[in-house]
Order: sequence, then structure tokens, then C-alpha cells
Amino acid sequence: MEKKWFTMSVYSENNVGLLNRISGIFLKRHINIESLNVSKSEIDNVSKFTIVIYTTDKWVQNIVGQIEKQIEVIKAFYHTDDETIYQESALFKIASDLLFDERQIQNIIKESNSQIVTVARDFFVLAKSGKRNEIDEMYEKFKPFGIMQFVRSGRISVSKEEMKISALLKDFQH
Amino acid sequence: METLKEKQTESTTKKTITISGAEAIIHCLLAEGVDLLYGYPGGAIMPVYDELYKFQDKLTHILTRHEQGATHAAQGYARVSGKVGVAMATSGPGATNLVTGLADAQIDSTPMVCITGQVPRHLLGSDAFQETDIIGISTPVTKWNYQITTAAEIPEIMAKAFYIARSGRPGPVLVDITKNAQFEEFEFSYEKCTGVRSYNPTPKPSPNAIAAAAELINSAKKPFIVWGQGVILGKAEEELKALVEKAGIPAAWTILGASALDTDHPLNVGMVGMHGNYGPNLLTNECDVLIAIGMRFDDRVTGRLESYATQAKVIHFEIDPAEIHKNVYADVAILGDAKESLNLLLPKINKNTHESWHNIFKEKYQIEFDTVIKNDIHPTKAGLTMGEVIEEINIASGHKAVIVTDVGQHQMIGCRYAKFKQSKSNITSGGLGTMGFALPAAIGAKMGAMDREVVAIIGDGGYQMTIQELGVIFQHKVPVKIVVLNNDHLGMVRQWQELFFEKRYASTVMVNPDFVKIAEGYHIEAKRVSERKDLKETIQKMIASKDAYFLEVKVEQEDNVFPMIPSGASVSEVRLQ
Ligand SMILES: Cc1ncc(C[n+]2csc(CCOP(=O)(O)OP(=O)(O)O)c2C)c(N)n1
Repeated sequence: MEKKWFTMSVYSENNVGLLNRISGIFLKRHINIESLNVSKSEIDNVSKFTIVIYTTDKWVQNIVGQIEKQIEVIKAFYHTDDETIYQESALFKIASDLLFDERQIQNIIKESNSQIVTVARDFFVLAKSGKRNEIDEMYEKFKPFGIMQFVRSGRISVSKEEMKISALLKDFQH
Repeated sequence: METLKEKQTESTTKKTITISGAEAIIHCLLAEGVDLLYGYPGGAIMPVYDELYKFQDKLTHILTRHEQGATHAAQGYARVSGKVGVAMATSGPGATNLVTGLADAQIDSTPMVCITGQVPRHLLGSDAFQETDIIGISTPVTKWNYQITTAAEIPEIMAKAFYIARSGRPGPVLVDITKNAQFEEFEFSYEKCTGVRSYNPTPKPSPNAIAAAAELINSAKKPFIVWGQGVILGKAEEELKALVEKAGIPAAWTILGASALDTDHPLNVGMVGMHGNYGPNLLTNECDVLIAIGMRFDDRVTGRLESYATQAKVIHFEIDPAEIHKNVYADVAILGDAKESLNLLLPKINKNTHESWHNIFKEKYQIEFDTVIKNDIHPTKAGLTMGEVIEEINIASGHKAVIVTDVGQHQMIGCRYAKFKQSKSNITSGGLGTMGFALPAAIGAKMGAMDREVVAIIGDGGYQMTIQELGVIFQHKVPVKIVVLNNDHLGMVRQWQELFFEKRYASTVMVNPDFVKIAEGYHIEAKRVSERKDLKETIQKMIASKDAYFLEVKVEQEDNVFPMIPSGASVSEVRLQ
């Protein structure tokens, strides 16, 4: 079966051990988590895990089923890239002298639609949000000049379809 | 959690008393109807044991000889009684010794609550004496687990633990309690848990799915039912029988489904799976509608998935949504409790008989009888077979015993030939295949059904994995019957070596001790049978005994279990020899 990128959105109680439980589900099936983000959600006291995996339809269904089965998980959804609006963020730390000595650098900043977060005496920091390939492109452009530090976040995503959590929570309470 | 709290504050008239966390644990157990638990003390759980001492008139604690024994005893108790089994252990090694039982209960959906002591909260994460991260260790093998670090959490968490263990698809829950929480005094009141907002244990069957299932069943020419433990856990034995009889459908069981329908019921066509019966395995690939009820298409049942029932429409009755389409695609999936779903289905089912289809099962049975069964239960060779021992136990117990099997050849033979008239009579480690399960599980089974005969059937290998539990049988005078089928080998592994590794018997030959003397050392009446002429009489004597009894039967050393679906083969490739 063909492998695809999937984004899972897991709504859950905010519980100490839950991340361990969820990551164990991937571990047991020898499936790599490509990116993971944990945040609050649109509902009070409900957390949201956003997990990206590269796998087949069958496996994503299996995993979502196993995740949803965990007591503290309210509901898990999965979507293909077409079905979501998604982004990642990255920070680049670059030596300050480059900003002044290399004319190219200024162009890259402009073209890449990134923001300067801070400029210090020795370094400046650029922030960039977007698709993974846009961030990768920017990375490649900066690489020849030297990147002091680089970090990229996990994917965050919202689905085009509605995710009906509030209704579900009411249902569960009977 | 929120809901629980809300629910608790809503209920106004609650009695509160000021007690220690340790005493609170006892009150929680009593409130959940627990009167028996198994365990082993140690430093981090001593405050609770001190309370057990004070409450011994209300709550019986059985000291097993190893914490693994405590879990299997709790499992045996739960499986036979339908109640939640409880096991207790100290931190560190006590807790890690529970892991096998937790994994077994998880894969076999057995309701169990394990309570472990933990180092005091201020020492957590300091590598204190006997500190181990049992929450981390037990996470993959529990339905839920939780670490309590203050006494005030005890009532809510204990209530939730029992609720989760027994509801929906049951399973094991572990509650780890730091020692400071056991000592702390607090205002105790107890409220049973009736719901957890993120957890929907019993989905409601969809009327559309029920209608679709009825239509498929009513138009089927060669329908075939395979049921599993879900029927027993869902107390749907009567509904299963009603469906089988009304629609005239041949029905087979997975190993954990055994005893839900009378073995001698004319439409009960036997066991499916690796060492199941010939007909049901073979005909799985000939039926037109496969009705799976409370079973999860384990690989030991399906053989090679790509050639499992591909010709059939599959209807899957299942309580756990994660099982739907997991291994076998379901054309119709009915999510819900088996009893409720079958009750909705039954009125929509037309009366039918499928005589010519059923006759094919009978023909296949005859073939299996002539080539395998006859020689197993009425052997003509000199050496004793496991099958004839089971047959004598059937006769002596009148098909009424609870049969507890360990893991290996004797387990397959035991489950193939034991006859049952009553549900919850077949206790075995199915999904995990845990050697050492049977002896402690039989203790738990007997204590969960004191009015029933309990016979443990164990191999010489598995027996020695938990043999120390004879101490419990002796100390508490538990009248279980223990039958060791001694082939002086790790028989099942030896069989695979014979068939697939050109008889290279690597580490499967066992030089065994004098089992009779060992049993006698525990003051248990014991006997060894090596010849056929002594078998019947000894088994009758054993069954008639009011006390525990140990019987060693020296069986053929190199017998094999057939039929067999070699691993990775299709159910159609089931071998008779
Ligand atoms: C704890 C554990 N270790 C290893 C195994 C693998 N295993 C399965 S059957 C078997 C042999 C069992 O031998 P015995 O208890 O003598 O029973 P027999 O097959 O001879 O009836 C072994 C080693 C297992 N199932 N469980």
C-alpha cells in the first residue's frame, strides 16, 4: 500500500503519563513520529497533540484506533495534507557581520518572507513560518554562509472539516 | 477527571471520616465488593498490609509465593467469577514481578486491579531503595494506570480504577501509591465511578448495521459463526445459542470462547485456530458469510491473513472500535456489547436450517476423528496420551469441571477435548501464552467458584515456572486438582523442532524432579500414573477427593498435536498429520 503524510489531531485530557502511552503505540508498531506538537486546544482543559507520520492508510487507521482507545483520549482524527492547513516554524541564528558584509543575505531574508526577531552585536535571529519545503529552501540558501543555530518546530495544523469535540464530550457524559 | 469531580460534588449527602490513606484503600476495596485479594508485602506497601491485618474479618488476603502468582490467581478468580481480581505488591521488584500477569490480563481482556506501593513522594526520581518507574514500565500492558501521591486522591482514583477495569472491554489497571499517601490522614468519603468523560466503554449498536447484518445472515447459504471471549465477557451466552439455533448456523469458538456454548450442542462444530478442529478451519475458507462475535482475529486464529475467508462477507460484532478492520476487513461492523447487539439482531433473523452445509462439517469431523481424535482419546499404543487423560477427566467430572490449562501441547489437547456444560469453565492464557499461568490461576478459579470442581492441566515445563504456589494450596487448603502431563520435554517447542527444525531438540529435554515427592512435601495427596490400567481409577479418586490432589501422568514423550496450521500458512492448509 502507498505511503502518505498524515496529520493526526488527538484531543485529550491533560495528563502526566499520556504522552508516554501515545508514543508507546508508535514504538510497538515500529513507526516513526515525524513531528509532534502538544498544545492547548479550542476547548478549555482539553489538550491537543498534533502528530505527523508517513505511513499507509491501514496503519494510520490502526494507530488512530489504538490512540483513541486510551482512557484519557477524547477523540483522535487523521487527515491527509490536502485536508488540512498546516505550518511549521523555524528559527535561524546567524552571525551579525554577515548581515552587513553579504549583500545576498538581505535578499534571502526578503525573498523568504522571514522576520528578524532580534539583532544583537554578534548574531541576529530570523523566524520563518511555512511549509517544510519553504523552510528547507531557506536553510539551503543560508547554509553556505554559515548558520550558528537552527531549530524547526513540529507541524501545527487545523483541519478544513469540523472536528466535533464539544458534542462528543456531552455524549460521553450521558 | 473533571466530570468525576463534578459528579462527586453534586452528590451532597456523603459521610466523611478522617482516616489514613492506607485505611482508605481498604474501604475502597470493600466498597467495590472485594472480599479477597492476592499479594505479597514489602516496605513500600506495609501501611496497607497493617490495615489488612486489622480488617482480616472482612477482607481475605492470600499470600502467594511470588507476585506473578498473585496476578494469575487474581486473573483466574476474575475469569471464573466475572468480578474484578485484585493483586497487591510492594515497590521495585514486587511491582516488576506483576508485569507478566498485567500483560496477560491486557491481551486476554481480564478485569484486574493491581495496587503497588511506591517510595515516598519526596524520594521519587532519586533512585531510592526499591524505586522503580512502574507507571512507565506498565503503561503498554495496562488499560489504565495512575500514580497516587497524596491521600486525598485515593477514593476518586480507586473508584475510577475499578470502573475502567470492569467496563467496556475489560482489562488490567495499575494504581501505584507512594508511601506518604498511605500514611497521610484525610477526610474520606467514597463514591462509585459511573463515567469518565473521555471514555466511552460501550458504544451503542447502530440499527443500520444490525439491519445490514440480518439481511446478510438471512440470505446466506453457508453462514458460519466464530465466537470469542466477548460472548462470555458480555454475558451473551443465551443470545449466542438463540442465534445459532434460530438461524441454524454452525458455530465454532476461539480458545477463549470455549464453554460459552455447550460442547455437545449439535451446532457447536469445535475450535478454530492453529490446533483447532479440521472442519471449522478448512470451512472458514468456504463459508459465504462469516459472523465473528466478540473475537479479534488473532493470527493464531486466522493463519495467513491474505488467504483468510477472502470469499466471505464478514460481519464483526465487537465492543472495541480499535479491533474493527484491524486484521480482517468487516463488511458489516456492529460496535457494541455482544448481548445488546445480538438481542437487537435476533428478532430480525429468519428461522432456517443449513443442513447440507452443516453436514459438510460433520463429514470433516469424521475425517478428523478417524485420523486424529480416535488415536488421541482411545489410543491403541502402549504409551499414555494426553487426550485420554482429558477424556477420563471429562467422564469423572461429568463435564462440569472448570478446566484451567497452562501453555503448550497439554493446553491444546485440553482445550480440544475438555467438554463443557457451563460458561466460564475454560481458563487459559490465550493471547500471551504464559507458561506458569495455570497453577496460580487454578487457585484463583477455585476461590472464585468454591462450589465447582477445578482441575488444572499443566505441562512439566510450565508447572516448574510457578510450582511454589503449592504453598498457597497447602496453607489455605485450596481443594484444586492438579494434573501434570509429564512428557519430560517442553513438548510444544519440541514438536516444532521435530516438524520444522529437523529434530534438533535444542534445550527442550527436561530432566525432572520427583513431582510426587514435591507435592507430598506440601502435604498434598499425590500419585503418579504411568500405565493405562491405573488411569481411570486414579482420576476418579482424584475427582472424588474433597481436598487438593496432585496427579502426575507419564505420557508419551514425543507425541504431536494435530490438526495443525503451520505458522504463516492458510487455514485451508490445516494438516491432519
Ligand atoms: C513464559 C514462557 N516461556 C516460554 C514459552 C514458549 N513455550 C511455549 S510452549 C512451551 C513448552 C511447554 O512445555 P510444557 O510446559 O512441558 O508443556 P507441553 O507442551 O509439554 O505440554 C514453551 C517453552 C512460553 N509460552 N511462555
